[in-house]
Amino acid sequence: MTPKCLQAIRRAAWLGVVLTFPHFPCLAEAFPQSQQTSKTEFLVSHESVGKPGGRLVLSLRAEPKTLNPIIAVDAPSREVIGVMQADLIHINRSSQLTEPGLAKSCKVSKDGLEYSIELRRGLQFSDGKPMDADDVLFTFRVYLDEAIHAPQRDLLIVGGKPIEVRKVDAYHVVFRMAKPYGVGDRLFDGLAILPRHLLEKPYQEGKLGQFGGLSVSPAEWAGLGPFRLKEYVAGQRIVLERNPYYWKTDSSGSRLPYLDEIVFLFVPSADAQVLRFQSGETDIVTRLGAENFSVLSRQAHGYSMTDAGPGLEYNFLFFNLNDTKTSAEAARRQDWFRDVRFRQAISAAVDRQAIVRLVYQGRGAALWGPVTPGNKRWANTEIKHPARSLERARDLLRQAGFFWKDGSGGDQMLVDQHSSPVEFSILTSASNADRTKMATLIADDLKQLGIRAQVVPLEFRSLLDRVNQTKDYDACVLGLASFDVDPNSDINVWLSSGGTHLWNPSQAHPATAWEAEIDKLMEQQLVAKSFEERKKSYDRVQQILDENQPFIFLATPDILVGAKDNVGNFQPSVLEPYALWNVENLFWRNASETGGK
Amino acid sequence: MKIAPRRQRLIVTLLVLLHGIVLVGGFVAPYDPIRQDRDRPYAPPARIHFADGPGKFHLRPFVYSQRLREDSFDQYDDDHAKLIPLKFFVSGASYRLLGVIPAKIHLFGADEETVNLLGTDGYGRDLFSRIVYGGQISLLAGLLAAGVSLLVGTIVGSASGYLGGWTDSIAMRLAELCLALPWLYLLFGVRAFLPLLVSPVKAFLIVVITIGVLGWARPARLVRGVALSAKERDFVRAARGFGASNSYILRRHILPQTKSVILTQAAILIPQYILAEVTLSFLGLGIPEPAPSWGNLLSSLQQYSVLSSYWWMYLPAMAMVPFFFGYLALSSTLQEGRSAAKIDL
Repeated sequence: MTPKCLQAIRRAAWLGVVLTFPHFPCLAEAFPQSQQTSKTEFLVSHESVGKPGGRLVLSLRAEPKTLNPIIAVDAPSREVIGVMQADLIHINRSSQLTEPGLAKSCKVSKDGLEYSIELRRGLQFSDGKPMDADDVLFTFRVYLDEAIHAPQRDLLIVGGKPIEVRKVDAYHVVFRMAKPYGVGDRLFDGLAILPRHLLEKPYQEGKLGQFGGLSVSPAEWAGLGPFRLKEYVAGQRIVLERNPYYWKTDSSGSRLPYLDEIVFLFVPSADAQVLRFQSGETDIVTRLGAENFSVLSRQAHGYSMTDAGPGLEYNFLFFNLNDTKTSAEAARRQDWFRDVRFRQAISAAVDRQAIVRLVYQGRGAALWGPVTPGNKRWANTEIKHPARSLERARDLLRQAGFFWKDGSGGDQMLVDQHSSPVEFSILTSASNADRTKMATLIADDLKQLGIRAQVVPLEFRSLLDRVNQTKDYDACVLGLASFDVDPNSDINVWLSSGGTHLWNPSQAHPATAWEAEIDKLMEQQLVAKSFEERKKSYDRVQQILDENQPFIFLATPDILVGAKDNVGNFQPSVLEPYALWNVENLFWRNASETGGK
Repeated sequence: MKIAPRRQRLIVTLLVLLHGIVLVGGFVAPYDPIRQDRDRPYAPPARIHFADGPGKFHLRPFVYSQRLREDSFDQYDDDHAKLIPLKFFVSGASYRLLGVIPAKIHLFGADEETVNLLGTDGYGRDLFSRIVYGGQISLLAGLLAAGVSLLVGTIVGSASGYLGGWTDSIAMRLAELCLALPWLYLLFGVRAFLPLLVSPVKAFLIVVITIGVLGWARPARLVRGVALSAKERDFVRAARGFGASNSYILRRHILPQTKSVILTQAAILIPQYILAEVTLSFLGLGIPEPAPSWGNLLSSLQQYSVLSSYWWMYLPAMAMVPFFFGYLALSSTLQEGRSAAKIDL
């Protein structure tokens, strides 16, 4: 269901993550004992033991643009790269906590400035070449190189300065930050360690950005993930094969992954993906909308559908709070929008339960804040969840100086102090049927207040252009999805200087007192010493958002996936990648089964 | 002139009847087409019964009350204990008959519960009412747009055919340009330049005018051909010889000649333009939601889930069939009439 829109926004949110974290317990103790087999220090997985062999077929909405993690920003590329690469420390998508990856242990200095990471011994890239501290050093040099413009670079600037990386010996690397932060280990998630032996030459020649396209030959490309490139057929599929040098084993000691091959088919529309899955051509389907989920559930045979519960995506309505006076009309409308009572009234009038029921067919949750029920740690439980109340909405509007007049059709019409009728447009992305439906429901809710709201579906790029550039719009329904549960992944949304501060982006100075307070609190939680302190700051942020309603939060959809019954260890999570996060543990229960029939 | 009078009369009667139903849509449709019933999304069409479970016959047709199955989004069960008799001429939502006379009486309805004769859409809006009201918008758009393009086409075509020379060349090159334009992209462009907040009436007029203005070229070329041959006819030469002005000749001698061409064109263009409006609304470029139009009603079929789960969402397409059939049959009898008339001469 993820349209381009979400990707773009996600990316924006993701890039904006500022990386200073408070103190967190170091992981070293939490790391399970590595098993010593010959030279390699394996990580032992504790999921059920499966059977080796077989092929898993999935569909991607678009062709990945690249296999190179340094330039990949689109979702299909990231999905494929995700199973081909590995990181030092990894966020477990199920527990939402960090876990060891390529690093065996991680120690934080007393002042919280230094992270000493010890690598597993005997690691090999998927082409059999050994991996050591030099590869880590090379990787971070590339990520931090300004000329490369890696999307990861922003993540590695802490307190305005790039992280310093120092090699102690072949297995020890020290990361030093300019400002203290404790749980910086979350930051290592998703930072793929690159093969120096393959990439150093293109890097020296300044050609790294063009390297690792889909046409790269499998011999020239390697990673540390469970699968490696086998074949790419333009316009049709990309085939990955088992990485025989992978560094995880199951509890019986056999090397993971179980599957021999993963095939990603390029299937451009969500409906076509559903049809492919239904006909058995693909084995797993993710990013399903509720309607397609129920179509598949109704006719399920040989596969089962899973509702993993609410994800991290939050959808919301927001008003144009920029100070742009494109026209007298627009300025008058913005006067209404700037009145907090007006926004509160709209919020009170919106029927969130109807949105969950009619848009998500009940497979979602109503929202009153940015932290969804899928986020296990950060929700402010003090935030009230008031039921829809037109009474309260009318009271608030009356207090704000609005009143009602008899309209032409005998209906009550809401007018402002100057007796002009309250009318505005709500933008939605034309390609996103869910949000258009939300906006249509909201428009009907507001009609009962005598407000005429008109839904205008626009092509997503022209919508973003209006919201971010020309600022020529009244209201808009959008959604954001964080990559991580941590509030930092949304910092660009809440900081008034942030590019994703949608209602009034990239401000030089906070326009309002409450935005200034949010700025302060977000900075505070960055350097806070404990989770409790951070939580306290973020709770207050949620409270301010609730009081001021810059976003009128609507609902979050459940993460809906389906898989063939025979896929073992299939445990979809609410964090991306929803189904493939434990790809190395997936297996076919019936060994003779080869997927994608 | 001899035309197949009986068949033509039959077709015209049918068309008038169909348009009449749509014209008094407020009376025929039991509910307000934009009223949402959020507890009844995708309710299937109610089945009309005359006999109840035990087999007892009822003179007054009835439906069973539909109840949403628990923990379900779109599954309904008939409650066989609860019979809802259908009544005629019931009082319900207020509307304006023919757009002017305020009224409340509807052709049929039920007292206690809503009866969705053709089911509901994803917002629980009554599909039957939406089809009837949607017909008002779609048919009016087709008729108006055809009117606009025939008017422009006739004026330009007859002037160009009659005057000839530079006027003719310029007008015809312009017509060719219009025929070659990729109008769908043009409409995308036009929509992008409009302000966001457009009232439904304005949006409707924009759609009508764009379709109509873009469509003038074909009738203009046909009318030009007729005018071209007519101006060489003896009575036109005679009139000119007596010193009649150009406008007089155009009005009195040329235009009457084009009548049958224009009528045939109208019968062809109207369904075409209805379809154009449907296409535009289907693509989200036409009449904005929540106002119903046939294109809007069909646009939900773009989703596979709707396509595969709710068959009654196809019904708006079925509603169009008799209209198109009527118009096309009419145009073919008109054409037959024309050729018969020619043979007569």
